[in-house]
Amino acid sequence: MYKILRKKVLNPTVTLMDIEAPMIAKKAEPGQFIILRVDEDGERIPLTIADFDRKKGTVTIIFQIVGATTEKLNHKNEGEYIQDFVGPLGVASHTDGLKKVAVVGGGVGCAIAYPIAKKLHSLGCEVHSIVGFRNKDLVILEDEFAAVSDKLCMMTDDGSHGTKGLVTDALKQLIESGEQYDEVITIGPLIMMKFVALLTKQYNIKTVVSMNPIMIDGTGMCGGCRLTVGGETKFACVDGPDFDGHLVDFDEAIERSSMYKPFERHKHEETCNLFAQAGK
Amino acid sequence: MANMSLKKNEMPAQDPKVRSGNFKEVTLGYSKETAIDEANRCLHCKNKPCVSGCPVGINIPDFIAKVAEEDFDGAYDIISKSSSLPAVCGRVCPQETQCEGKCVRGIKGEPVGIGRLERFVADWHNEHSSTAPVKPEANGHKVAVIGAGPSGLTCAGDLAKMGYDVTIYEALHLAGGVLVYGIPEFRLPKSIVQKEVDGLKAIGVKVNTNTVVGKTISVDELFEMGYESVFIGSGAGLPRFMGIPGENLKGVYSANEFLTRTNLMKAYMPDSDTPIERAKNVAVVGGGNVAMDAARCAKRLGAENVYIVYRRSEAEMPARNEEIEHAKEEGIIFKTLNNPVEILGDEHKFVKGMKCIEMELGEPDESGRRSPVEKPGSEFNLDVECVIMSIGTSPNPLIRNTTQGLETNRRGCFICDENGLTSREGIYAGGDAVTGAATVILAMGAGKTAAKAIDEYIKSKN
Repeated sequence: MYKILRKKVLNPTVTLMDIEAPMIAKKAEPGQFIILRVDEDGERIPLTIADFDRKKGTVTIIFQIVGATTEKLNHKNEGEYIQDFVGPLGVASHTDGLKKVAVVGGGVGCAIAYPIAKKLHSLGCEVHSIVGFRNKDLVILEDEFAAVSDKLCMMTDDGSHGTKGLVTDALKQLIESGEQYDEVITIGPLIMMKFVALLTKQYNIKTVVSMNPIMIDGTGMCGGCRLTVGGETKFACVDGPDFDGHLVDFDEAIERSSMYKPFERHKHEETCNLFAQAGK
Repeated sequence: MANMSLKKNEMPAQDPKVRSGNFKEVTLGYSKETAIDEANRCLHCKNKPCVSGCPVGINIPDFIAKVAEEDFDGAYDIISKSSSLPAVCGRVCPQETQCEGKCVRGIKGEPVGIGRLERFVADWHNEHSSTAPVKPEANGHKVAVIGAGPSGLTCAGDLAKMGYDVTIYEALHLAGGVLVYGIPEFRLPKSIVQKEVDGLKAIGVKVNTNTVVGKTISVDELFEMGYESVFIGSGAGLPRFMGIPGENLKGVYSANEFLTRTNLMKAYMPDSDTPIERAKNVAVVGGGNVAMDAARCAKRLGAENVYIVYRRSEAEMPARNEEIEHAKEEGIIFKTLNNPVEILGDEHKFVKGMKCIEMELGEPDESGRRSPVEKPGSEFNLDVECVIMSIGTSPNPLIRNTTQGLETNRRGCFICDENGLTSREGIYAGGDAVTGAATVILAMGAGKTAAKAIDEYIKSKN
């Protein structure tokens, strides 16, 4: 059992938790993920590590409430426990030797982009962060990004905060204005990463994407997380989750991620009803 | 006077029509009377050929003699001297090629039902015995075991019985390895695995779940923590795919994924949070025990037509006869001498069919089996909405990639000597991580051999 030491609501659908997991905190690096089960009959879901504190022995997760499992997780409070928490899994993001990087985050993906921006900043790399949200109410980690970025572009779909537009608009503008990046690192919805990669391909800028496909064991056993990268089958859990964005078959990944949508919607409703009945 | 019936006592089983709609155990086990009757078929040969066929060397005639005397506790004591998991082995061992394959009674008639007797004794013990296991006297030495599957559990059990302080590190949230994620409930009830694991805990074995060696902790760190030797039983790993078009369509699973969802995550239960596709028409590609398990699970999940698509003929199938027979009884359709060439998808990228080609057997290949050759122009479409690839696995890379000096062969399996010693001092390995996909009992045999070698190694150092 793993204790929830801190819980913070970041916006109506996104929650942060610090979980007591000293062995994982000791090893965690940006870009890696954990797998958790909320309770005894729960499913295993992967979440990318948002932060970690080796001294305190905590690992931070930030999750969006999208299904039954994240709904249940969100009903847990500080001091309570979650059943299983395992990691750090996957290969850490490559950060060595980078001098100037654009970090592009979208929605809850910013939770994963942030530790990478933070690490790059600590290594003396010039960091330009472009973060996008649907609207002002959904913005997370703005101050945190500001603290580790040499330049921060805040984008919202409706213009209610920062600049109105998509992250690709801001990225294009920066590139066009002459900014030269060693690499673009992008994390967010698949469709956003697809378009970031399509844009940077035009300018031939190396682009790393962080994939978060459907997964069960997360250790290279089930093959559920397979992706086509450069025409080859790769397993996100052991080969990734970071891949060359110009080689990932995004259309296939988008299709595969929708496999259980109807089931998930149904389960989520069922769970919400249970909580409503219990008066929680 | 021995019972000279040429036939084994039949194993009672659930009716195929009923059982193909539930996940309860298929075979029901011998009654006391049947067990004694079967035990009386043993001739107690002096040279004990059956024992030579057992990878863990159970003293078979002696335990059978105890059964005949109605001393089931005595029978259990004899089995448990050699086997850490009797209730498991009695169910999943391929006895026909091991102990029973060597049984003299099998020359003229059927061999003694050794597996069925083993299962009876283990089940009887689990049900009736209340004697708490005796915790062996500690010898003050620590050993780490990686993986709580058949090889790891056996190695841990044997070492604990010798007095070692043993800790198992398991990646998943539950101990048992393939016994819990792979082999379905109807063939091996999970409560039985849990009892065997509890039995090990009772003699002092510690099980740390949710610990991925190679990620959470490295092999070298285990040594730094004071373990004097490490046994790697990390099992089979990455599933293989065929490399044909359409394998990433929605509705294509590896057998590992399909079975893990069904068994470990209990997706067959209506209230499970883990989804699984319940297709009407399912094709399972492959001819091993895992393929049979996947096919029979698919049937129980409500499929009307489940096909086993295998490129050779039934004679070449690696699955146990018993599994093939059970599958057929449950209505699984065997499409042997057929090979998939493409998986077809609909406009939403869900599977809608599988294009196959007929095969015929040509000359024997290096495995000694006649190699299948395509019949030109014989392509046809099989209407299925789900395809399960059960064509094997390659070893997990996490430990070999994070441990210096551990040699692996070109397939990625650890290279070991006959005692399970790897290329590094103090590190032993066994099971599928060494052999590639094999059986539960071979993995247990390897765990047992390594436990003995680890004991000798640690004694030689101190």
